[in-house]
Amino acid sequence: MIGLLGTLVVPLLAAAFLATQSDYVLSARVNATASGLAFLSALSLFFVRPAPGTFLLVDDLNVVFIVLNTFVGTTASLFSASYIGHEIETGRLTRGYVRFYHAMFQVMMFGMNLALVANDIGVMWVAVELATLSTVMMVGIYRTRAALEAAWKYFILGSVGIALALFGTILVYLAARPEVGEGLRAMEWTVLVAHARGFDPALLNVAFVFLLLGYGTKVGLAPMHAWLPDAHAEGPTPISAVLSGLLLNVALYALLRFKMLMAACPGAIAPGPLMVGLGLLSLIFAAFMLYRRRDIKRLFAYSSIEHMGIIVFSFGMAGPLGNFAGLLQMTMHSLTKSAIFFTVGHVAQVKGTQRMSEIGGLTESHPLLGWGLVAGVAAIAGLPPFGVFTSEFLIVSSTFARDPLLALALVFGLLLAFGALLLRVTQVAFGSPRGPVGPVGASYVPIVAHLSLVLIAGIWLPGPLVAWFQHVAKLLG
Amino acid sequence: MGGFGFDVAHMLAGLLVLASLTMLYQDRLVTLINVLALHALILSASVAWQAHLQHAPDLFITAAIALGFKAAFIPWALRRIVVRLGLHREIETSAGIGPTMLAGMGLVALSLEVMLPVTAAADPVARQDIALALSVVLIGLLIMVTRRNAVSQVVGFLSIDDGISLAATGARGMPLVVEISVAFSVLVAFIVIGIFLFRIRERFDTVDLGVLDEFRGERR
Repeated sequence: MIGLLGTLVVPLLAAAFLATQSDYVLSARVNATASGLAFLSALSLFFVRPAPGTFLLVDDLNVVFIVLNTFVGTTASLFSASYIGHEIETGRLTRGYVRFYHAMFQVMMFGMNLALVANDIGVMWVAVELATLSTVMMVGIYRTRAALEAAWKYFILGSVGIALALFGTILVYLAARPEVGEGLRAMEWTVLVAHARGFDPALLNVAFVFLLLGYGTKVGLAPMHAWLPDAHAEGPTPISAVLSGLLLNVALYALLRFKMLMAACPGAIAPGPLMVGLGLLSLIFAAFMLYRRRDIKRLFAYSSIEHMGIIVFSFGMAGPLGNFAGLLQMTMHSLTKSAIFFTVGHVAQVKGTQRMSEIGGLTESHPLLGWGLVAGVAAIAGLPPFGVFTSEFLIVSSTFARDPLLALALVFGLLLAFGALLLRVTQVAFGSPRGPVGPVGASYVPIVAHLSLVLIAGIWLPGPLVAWFQHVAKLLG
Repeated sequence: MGGFGFDVAHMLAGLLVLASLTMLYQDRLVTLINVLALHALILSASVAWQAHLQHAPDLFITAAIALGFKAAFIPWALRRIVVRLGLHREIETSAGIGPTMLAGMGLVALSLEVMLPVTAAADPVARQDIALALSVVLIGLLIMVTRRNAVSQVVGFLSIDDGISLAATGARGMPLVVEISVAFSVLVAFIVIGIFLFRIRERFDTVDLGVLDEFRGERR
């Protein structure tokens, strides 16, 4: 129980403390320490696990998500410490805003952790809403015209998405009520899945459409993705990293849970084709959009849409192999994309711009950052020996075995995105240095940690991890 | 389910849809906000009636929140913003009343067509409420799409929220969790909205999103 509570109580206490703390060096440390403690609590869930309660649940599926969530949260808070220091020095952020930022960071971590461990579909919805609103506040923190527009767009689209998800949640309750009875029990995951056999399939179908549209907006699936590039580009970079690496996963987790529910009800439509279609659309759309980007953070935001498309596609194909590849791809994407955003954050700070045409020759002027970026882009584009290659290879080969036409479309999208990313990274990383070449007070630890994990996963996946993922893949059906 | 109780519940839900349709053709912000207040008032009456029908006293709390917060406080605050920003005389051009109304009616028909068949097993009150709630939600989306002003987009969002409250209370015995969360979301939404409107005002001296839209990030 301590481990479970640790992931929830630590961020809450930290948020309360940080809200009163105006010394930014201390609060950055507290922020990182709290995130680290939450990560340790999450790790303990592998060994000791409380029995499912009315509101909270830890099972083999969400333990993967929560460990990943708290790990990237920790490294992002380490990165954030050096990032924020620079922002204070250059006067882009005042101390008051930084205090607000740190408190919100922990509120967001609390919201995401709660969404992952919730056993009640209502509580899960509230938690996703909390995480969304706290990120909205942080996206708008620079108060520039662009940041305001991004935050407004994110807020409006996010709220509409979340409203549709609530409507879907209500429909699930309606479907469950005749079978389970009134009250809290009809919103409990464990009870719902156990009784799903007797639910009204037609009602569940409509509910799933709303949930897919609602939570799909938060996953960033095309055509509901419009908030994503703006929110990534205009907010502080640690938030871009957390948005891409974590918040999208949390929404995806909610979708996967409802997909399991659909699978447990025999008469309901198979959610697979819907997810495959949306995933493929997002992948190909985002791959084309990658070519027209001029802003480096927007480029990687579109790459996140592309990858979420691949992941949703893979979970939509389902089967042990599809789910396994989806889980692996999701983990690799979280690690790689957040590492890229850490690098890009420092690059944008030292160059004073996010325009790719004003950035150049990074490998020459800032070798560590430049090569870090090159490695990150190579990984995200799916080049061996990185882990993304393994998972994408699995997805493509398993799709070829089952539906060659779909696999062709998938490979087309992957190659398109690959070309665009390669084009951009050569422009930014090689050639003669452009823009300021001053020294950079970067924290390399998070970047190196993430990229080496991705590299190790690409070369050798530990046996227990594979067994665990296979087990979870089986659970997902 | 008794005939009279059902009729009243049905009428109140129908009135909510009517209020939503009324919003569609308001071209002045102040009257739009007045209709929003009316919308919330009807919602509050509907929730209270559900509380009475279902013998669920906790729903009276939801009704009270809707009355005090959504029907009184928010419209008051929005009106203040509108007057402060000097928007009360402005006439908002939307996509044309005729087509918008037709689209609104189409959405009502669509939601009845979608929801009534799939909820055949549910009790009649929940059935009507869910179907009509979906039309309120869809019309709310339509309002948000056809308006360019930040305040009227907020109004559209709040009417979506009303529709969801109607659905949640119609689903018999739904735990209070959701009611609290709805109230909570409105609260937080309002704080966020308030901050944004004032920030937008402070920066650009306008809340017309058309002005914001000229920025597209890519051509800086």
